[in-house]
Amino acid sequence: MTDQKEIDDHSGVETTQHVWDGIKELNNPLPRWWLWIFYATVIWSVIYWIFMPAWPLVSSYTPGLRGHSDRANVAQDLVEMYAERAAYAVRLNEASLEQIRSTPELLEFAIAAGDAAFGENCAPCHGRGAQGAPGYPNLNDDIWLWGGSLDEIAYTIRYGIRNENTSSHFSQMPAYGADGILTQTEIDDVTEYVISLSGGDANAAMARRGAGIYAEQCAACHGPTGGGDRLFGAPNLADREWLYGGDRETIRATIADSRFGVMPPWEDRLDPATLRALAVWVHERGGGED
Amino acid sequence: MDASGGTQGPSAGRPSSADVEMQDQKEAAPGIARHDVEAVNVGAATKTSLYKAREAVHPKRVYGTFRNVKWAVMIVTLGIYYLLPWVRWDRGPGAPDQAVLVDFGAPRFYFFFIEIWPQEVYYITGLLILAAIGLFFVTALLGRVWCGYACPQTVWTDLFIWVERFVQGDRNARLKLAKAPWTFDKIRKIATTHAIWILIAIATGGAWVFYFNDAPTLAQNLLTGTAHPAAYMFIGVLTFTTYSLGGFMREQVCIYMCPWPRIQAAMIDEDALAVTYRTDRGERRGAHKKGDTWEGRGHCIDCKQCVVACPMGIDIRDGLQLECIQCALCIDACDSIMDKVGLPRGLIAYDTDINITRRQAGEPGRFNFVRHRTVAYAAILAVVGAVMLYGLLSRDLLELNALRDRIPNYVMLSDGSMRNGYTLKIHNMRPTEEEFRVTLEGLEGARFRLVGDSADRDTLPLFTAPRDRVDTIRFYIAVPPDRLPADDQTPITFRIENTERGTVETARSVFVTGGRR
Repeated sequence: MTDQKEIDDHSGVETTQHVWDGIKELNNPLPRWWLWIFYATVIWSVIYWIFMPAWPLVSSYTPGLRGHSDRANVAQDLVEMYAERAAYAVRLNEASLEQIRSTPELLEFAIAAGDAAFGENCAPCHGRGAQGAPGYPNLNDDIWLWGGSLDEIAYTIRYGIRNENTSSHFSQMPAYGADGILTQTEIDDVTEYVISLSGGDANAAMARRGAGIYAEQCAACHGPTGGGDRLFGAPNLADREWLYGGDRETIRATIADSRFGVMPPWEDRLDPATLRALAVWVHERGGGED
Repeated sequence: MDASGGTQGPSAGRPSSADVEMQDQKEAAPGIARHDVEAVNVGAATKTSLYKAREAVHPKRVYGTFRNVKWAVMIVTLGIYYLLPWVRWDRGPGAPDQAVLVDFGAPRFYFFFIEIWPQEVYYITGLLILAAIGLFFVTALLGRVWCGYACPQTVWTDLFIWVERFVQGDRNARLKLAKAPWTFDKIRKIATTHAIWILIAIATGGAWVFYFNDAPTLAQNLLTGTAHPAAYMFIGVLTFTTYSLGGFMREQVCIYMCPWPRIQAAMIDEDALAVTYRTDRGERRGAHKKGDTWEGRGHCIDCKQCVVACPMGIDIRDGLQLECIQCALCIDACDSIMDKVGLPRGLIAYDTDINITRRQAGEPGRFNFVRHRTVAYAAILAVVGAVMLYGLLSRDLLELNALRDRIPNYVMLSDGSMRNGYTLKIHNMRPTEEEFRVTLEGLEGARFRLVGDSADRDTLPLFTAPRDRVDTIRFYIAVPPDRLPADDQTPITFRIENTERGTVETARSVFVTGGRR
């Protein structure tokens, strides 16, 4: 390369005298200010390193002089949001559940807050739409194991079912097969009878035999006609709704091995306003009782 | 089109402004033969740098038709920009009374009698289509009139040059001042120029934020220092861009930053008008002495008035080029010279290259405005414009959406009834509270239960929708087992009727039983 100019024959443009594979680079000069802007961005990036989190270290990062942290900002936003909601939370706590339900403004807030809390805490078992799953009740319908009034729902949410909380709902169905209370034949007969309770296609002879065993062993909790008893959380066996499934095998397994659905007590984990909002939300899914 | 001119940069291969000055003087002396050689390689035996410093352009004041048009366009466009936020428009109580307001908080866009909701953003899309096609259309007909007259960069640069000229004088005075040592007088003039520029820049940034807030309120807040930081930030950014782009960058924006000149290269065809130096009439150019004949030579006397008038620092006589924004100031400059030497105007004029070729071949020049593309652009403009107009005129102030619960899809109740959950969204775009009757069509035996209800209802109650917002109603529909429809999915229609005005809106949905009957 020399200091002498070289003009490209084809274009008439000066070259940079750089050649690759016989291809010459033309020199169409960049505007000088473009170069300044490039330097400005370089300087800016250095300033950015100084003030903002920038470089990864082994187990942390350079925090920068501004101490900026998106995580801390989100935490701050949450604090502000809760402060904003606090006024409503106070009103939720002061009103009775029935008053919340009959005050449109409070109802709207309770439903919105309940929906968010349900999605975070309850949806893993009951499903996002409270539609339930085998073993986890559907909360949209009007079938309730432990009661469907506002207060009953609130109680269940607060203390839970079959847990270490002393106020929790509790009941225990015997495992008729596993504990040797009934023989295999007797269990088969009771199964047929239970199927017949809800109008299912049952073996009439076996069901007749099973009726006696049912009256002796099951009627105390599930009722003489299978209507269930909310005092024990004993499901209605005469309707067509089955918590664990209504096929013959599942019913037989339930009788033989028993079922113990559990639910944690939420009073330890959620604040009172959220508990109340959840109760209203569940109640207003359409199946709530008065 | 001079394609290589575009890639070479603004003044590569052209004399610098200093050279022009010297040549001006040379040509002024009578009887001296003038060498019309472009001195690109003289004194530059060494390599050119990879970077090129900006050479200041000091355009000379011109008088004429196009200069007047540009003044008029500047007054109108800047007048609209600075004053429009202050125009009031009464929309009734509770609604903003600013004629043009982009309210991101609400979120609403107000334009005089039009109020656009976020979901109606397709009007903006239509507007952008109109703008784009309109630009193509005008470009196909008249070349870069947008660049030359209406582009903000052009208008503000023109304003800044006007300030410069007002304070420092015309071209020669400014050139002299630029070369002069730093005396008190120079400092005073330069400082005054920049102070006025900055004031204009602040006003420009200030006007921008008024479009997004109530102007009188925001103006008061800005002055008392209580406005939102974002307002100050936007004013700051736009002040900086206006000051730097209008005061310093100027033609560099058009040449290096803006994509439009490149798009332009694809949009212009041989029949599109452009500011053109009519080489057929002008060449051979050369100095002309009083009394000499015009026979056997061109009409261009090489006075370079077109060059000194050019805000882009180019020579229009080099032909159509990327750097030319077609502001037509060279036409005014040349016309005034033609008047002085007693020749007809229009040596530089809106013309086409193909006309030059035609005239050189002895044919008359002709303008061909009705072409396939111009007709197509006009047709698209008409169709899109008509659709937009129809959309705006027939715009409904009531809208209904029905959202059905998907989880759970349906619920069976203990008595065998099937239940679905629905959320209705009533968009009441009127500035007043309205009452609606909601009815269901297409489902027998439906029972309704609103959230908060204790018992089923036979019909839905009347709803009062607040002004200018979306009202949400949530309820359940249950059908008893003996009246369940045979199909898994039954199409249903929600119908809302304004009890006072009688306007009706419907929304379709389905009732799902999951096949359980």
